[in-house]
Amino acid sequence: MRKTLLIMPIAAIAFGAMPARAQHTVKIGLILAYSGQFADPSAQMDNGIKLYLREHGEQVAGKRIELIRKDTGGIAPDIAKRLAQELIVRENVDLLAGFALTPNALAAADVSAQAKKFMVTMNAATAIITTKSPYMVRTSFTVPQLNETLGAWAYRNGIRTVYTMVSDFGPGHDGEAAFHTGFKDAGGEIVGASRYPVANQDFSAFVQRAKDSNAEAIYVWTPGGPQPAAIGKALAERGIDPRQRRVLGQGELTSEDALKSMGDAGIGIITAFHYDFNHASAMNEAFVRSYRDAFGRNPDMFSVGAYDGMHLIFEVLKKTGGKTDGESLIAAAKGTQWESPRGIISIDAETRDVVQTVYIRRVERVGSELRNVEFDKVENVKDPFKARMKN
Amino acid sequence: MGAEPASEPQRYFDHRIRWRPLELAFWFATLLPFWLTPTYLVLASQIAITGLFALSLDLILGYAGIVSLGHAAYFGFGSYTAGLIAKWGWGEPLSGLLIAAAAAGVLGYVTSFIIARFRHLALIMITLGFGLLLAEAANSASWLTGGADGLQGVRMWRLLGIFPFDLYGYAAYSYALAVLVLAFLLARRLINSPFGLALRGIRERAVRMPAIGASSVAHIRMVYTIAATMAGIAGGLLAQTTETVSLETLGFQRSADVLVMLILGGAGRLYGGIIGAIIYLIARDQFSGINPQYWYFWIGLLLIAVVMFLPNGILGGLARLVPPRWSRA
Amino acid sequence: MLGSAFGVLFDGLAYGMLLFLLAVGLSVTLGMMNFVNLAHCSFAMLGGYVAVGLTNELRWPFLATLPLAFVSAAVVSVPLERVLYRRLYGASELDQCLLTIGIVFVSVATAAYLFGTVQQSVQLPSWLRGSVSFLHHSFGAYRLFLIAVALAVTAILVAALEYTSFGAQVRAAVDNARMARGLGIDVDRVFAITFALGGGLAGLGGALAVEIVGLDHAFAFTFLVYVLIVVAVGGLGSIAGSFAAALVLGVSDMAGKYYVPELGAFLIYLVMITLLMWRPAGLFGRR
Repeated sequence: MRKTLLIMPIAAIAFGAMPARAQHTVKIGLILAYSGQFADPSAQMDNGIKLYLREHGEQVAGKRIELIRKDTGGIAPDIAKRLAQELIVRENVDLLAGFALTPNALAAADVSAQAKKFMVTMNAATAIITTKSPYMVRTSFTVPQLNETLGAWAYRNGIRTVYTMVSDFGPGHDGEAAFHTGFKDAGGEIVGASRYPVANQDFSAFVQRAKDSNAEAIYVWTPGGPQPAAIGKALAERGIDPRQRRVLGQGELTSEDALKSMGDAGIGIITAFHYDFNHASAMNEAFVRSYRDAFGRNPDMFSVGAYDGMHLIFEVLKKTGGKTDGESLIAAAKGTQWESPRGIISIDAETRDVVQTVYIRRVERVGSELRNVEFDKVENVKDPFKARMKN
Repeated sequence: MGAEPASEPQRYFDHRIRWRPLELAFWFATLLPFWLTPTYLVLASQIAITGLFALSLDLILGYAGIVSLGHAAYFGFGSYTAGLIAKWGWGEPLSGLLIAAAAAGVLGYVTSFIIARFRHLALIMITLGFGLLLAEAANSASWLTGGADGLQGVRMWRLLGIFPFDLYGYAAYSYALAVLVLAFLLARRLINSPFGLALRGIRERAVRMPAIGASSVAHIRMVYTIAATMAGIAGGLLAQTTETVSLETLGFQRSADVLVMLILGGAGRLYGGIIGAIIYLIARDQFSGINPQYWYFWIGLLLIAVVMFLPNGILGGLARLVPPRWSRA
Repeated sequence: MLGSAFGVLFDGLAYGMLLFLLAVGLSVTLGMMNFVNLAHCSFAMLGGYVAVGLTNELRWPFLATLPLAFVSAAVVSVPLERVLYRRLYGASELDQCLLTIGIVFVSVATAAYLFGTVQQSVQLPSWLRGSVSFLHHSFGAYRLFLIAVALAVTAILVAALEYTSFGAQVRAAVDNARMARGLGIDVDRVFAITFALGGGLAGLGGALAVEIVGLDHAFAFTFLVYVLIVVAVGGLGSIAGSFAAALVLGVSDMAGKYYVPELGAFLIYLVMITLLMWRPAGLFGRR
C-alpha cells in the first residue's frame, strides 16, 4: 500500500514529461523471457540485437532507435499481454519485438492487432502465430518448416520405417505431426510413436522402446536445455549407434552444449535446422567472429533470429522513410529478401512468415571438436502448415 | 492474538466487525489509480486478481492452518472454465464468472474429502501432488485446453453490456476490484463469525476440537470449498480480463508465488494476502523494469529482509509496533 | 520383455540413488529440527558448479572434485546457518519457508550472473563413459559408479549414526530434542554440524547429478519438488526411509514409462499420493 502511494506522484511526473521527443526516436518494445527457464535463449536473442545495433549504429531513416526491455519471467501470456499493452499505452512504443515463446507471442499478437502495431516475432516457432495479427512478421523458423522437410528428406534417402519420440507438449506434438506428415506423404511408415513427459530427466525407458521397435530410424523432437544431452547418452547406453541405426531430429538435439555433454555418443546424428555457427559463408564467419569478440560465446539460432529481426526492422524503416504506423511497416516488410548469416532468407508476402533454406546436417568429429556438418539442403522452404491451411 | 476482553461472544464479534479508519483509507486508496496512474490499470487489475487469490489461500492457511502447495489447481480450473465458456460462444462476463466459480467450488468440494483427513507434511505434499496431476492432465488434454500454446479464441462481450475490455484496462480494473471487494466482505463476515472462530480453533489445536463438540472435518471441508470457489473466481477474472488462459494458471509456480505473497503480507490477518500481492507484484514489476535479467535477486533480498525484521509477515511485524487496540483485523 | 526391461530398471535404480543423495541431508535436518530448508537444492547446485568449474577450467580429474564439492557446500552452509538460519529456529514454518525461498532466489540469480544461463557439463574420465557388459546386458558405467557411491555413503552414514557418540547424539536430538537437551547434549551444536553435513551431502549429490540431469542456474528450483517428494514419502529424519522412497520412486517411475508410457508424468505423482495416503508419516516416519 505504501508503495502505491510512492509510485503515483512519480508516475504523474514521468507521464507528463514524456511526449516531447517522440518524433525523433523509434521506440521498440522488446519482450523476452529474461528470467526463468528460458533465460538463456532470451540472453542470446538480446545479444543478437545488441550486436546488430553495435555494427549498424542506432540511427536509421533519420531517427534514433530506443529499446525498452521487458521480462515475462518465462511462459506467461497474461504478463506478456499486459507488458505489450503497457508498452503501447504508457511508453508509446512504435513496434513490438522479441517473443521467445509461443504462448507469449500469441497473447501479444492480440494487442498488436488491436493497436495496429508492427510486431516482429524473433523466435517463437509454432506455425499459427503469424495468423493472429495482420501486422506481425516472423524471422526465426516454424516447426513444420523444418520437420516436414526432414520427413520427406528421410524417405528420399532410403529410410522406410521410423519410430518417433517427442516431448509431450505443444511444440513436441507439432514436431511429431509435421514429421509424420512429411514422411508418410512421401510413402514411409511410422511403426511407433511415443511422447515423454516435459520434465523428463531419464530417457532409458523411451529409448529402449524405440530400440525394441526395430525401426530403421528413430526420430526425436526435444527442446533445448538438459534433455538433448540426456537423450544422446541414453542412446549410447541402450546400445544404439547413430552411425548404424539413423537418429533424426530437429537442430536442438545437437546444439553446441548438448554435443559437449554427450561426446562421441552423438556422432552420426542427423538433424534438420536453419542455422549453425559453423555454416560456411563469408557473412557468417564475420558474424561469428564479432559475436565471439563481443560476448565470449558462439551464436545460435536464437541469436540469428533476433539479429535478422533487427535487420528487418532497419530495412522497413528505411523503406518507409521513418514512418512507424503498422500499415506502412507491414507493407514494407512483405516480400523483403536479404542475406543473413544463415543464407538467403525472405519474408513471404502472403503469410508474413520467413522463407529460408533447411540444412540437413550430420554430427562429425572435425579436428578436436564435434560439429554439425551440413551435407544436404532444401532451399526456399515456406511454412507448409499454413500453405495447407489455405487449400 | 488481540487482547479484547469480552464478557459475551456477541460483543466480541460486534467489536471485530466494525470498520477501522485504516481499512477505509486502504479501500479508498484502491480507487486512486483511476485518476493518478491510468496507465497502470492493467497491472492494477492483475494485482487485484492475485490479491483475491491470496485471500482465498489465507482462508485455508491463515485461518484453518492448511498449508497448500497446489491451490493454483482451483485458480486454473476456474480460469479454463471461464475461458472455455467464452470460446464456445457465451462471452458474457458475469454469468461466465459464476459458472467458473461453481466449477472450482465443485472441484474443491470433491478434493476436500481427501484434504480434510491429513495434516502436516503429508497434507502439503498431497496438495502439491493434486496440483501437479491437474497440470499434467491439462497438458495432455490439449484438444480441450490448447495445451502449451494456451487457449485460443477467448473473446469476451462487453461488461454489463456497456463497457468493452479495452487496451487501457479501465473495464478490467473496475471489474476485478469490484469482485475483490465483494469477496473480501464475504470473507470478513465469515471470519468474524462462530465458524471463523472454530477455524482458528482447528488451526491452533485440531485434535481438541471434537472435545468441545465442533467437528473439525466438516469445518475444514466447508472452508476448503469456499476457498476453492474464491480461487476459481480469481482465475476466471484473469481469463476474462486477459482473454488468454495457459497451463501456468494451474502450475506449481503460481501456487508457490501466491504462498510467498501471503506469507510476505502476513497470514491470518485478512489483509495479508492483498498487501502481500501488492508489494510483491509492484516490487517485481519495478525491479524487472530496471534489471530484467536479475530482478529476482532483489526480490530474494526483500523476502529475507522481511523475514528477519518483520516476523509473521509485514502485517504481523507492523502489528507489534502498534498498540493492541488497533491490531489484527 | 523382462530382458530389455532389466536395463531400464537398472537405470531407474541409479536415478533413484541420485535422488537419495540429493534428499538425505534434507530428511535428517528437517526431521531433527523441523526446519523447513527449501534452499537445500541451492547447496546441491553449488556442488554442481564446483565440479563443472574444476573439471572444465582447471582440468581436475572428476573424482577429485567430489570431495571438494562436498566440502565447499558444507563450508558455505556454516555462515548462512550462523547469520540467518539460527535466528529462525523457533519461528513459524511459514517464516522459515519465506527465508529459504528468498535464499533460493538469491542463489539462482547469483548463479545466472556468475556462470550465465547456459547448460553446463562435466568432463568425465574415459573409464566412466560408455557401458560395461555383464550377463548379456549393458550397464552404463557412470550409473554403476553412482550406485556404488550411494551405497558407500549410506553405509558410512548408518555406521556413523549407529557406532559413534556423535551419531548417538544426532539420534537423540531427532527423537526428542527437549529431552536430549535435558540430558546435557548441546543440541544447537549437533544441529549446526548436521546441517553442514547435510549441505555437504547435497553438494556431493549435485556434483554427481550433472552428468545425468544437467546443470543450469535454475537447478535449485527444478529439483526442489523431487527432493520434497522423496523426503515426504520416506519419512522425516530417516535415512532408511529416504533410501526406500528414492528407490521406489526411481524404479516405479522408470517401469511406468517403459510399460505404460501414456501415463508418463502422472505416475510419480500418483505413487507419491498413494503412499502418503497409506502412510502419512512416510514409509519409515515417526510421527
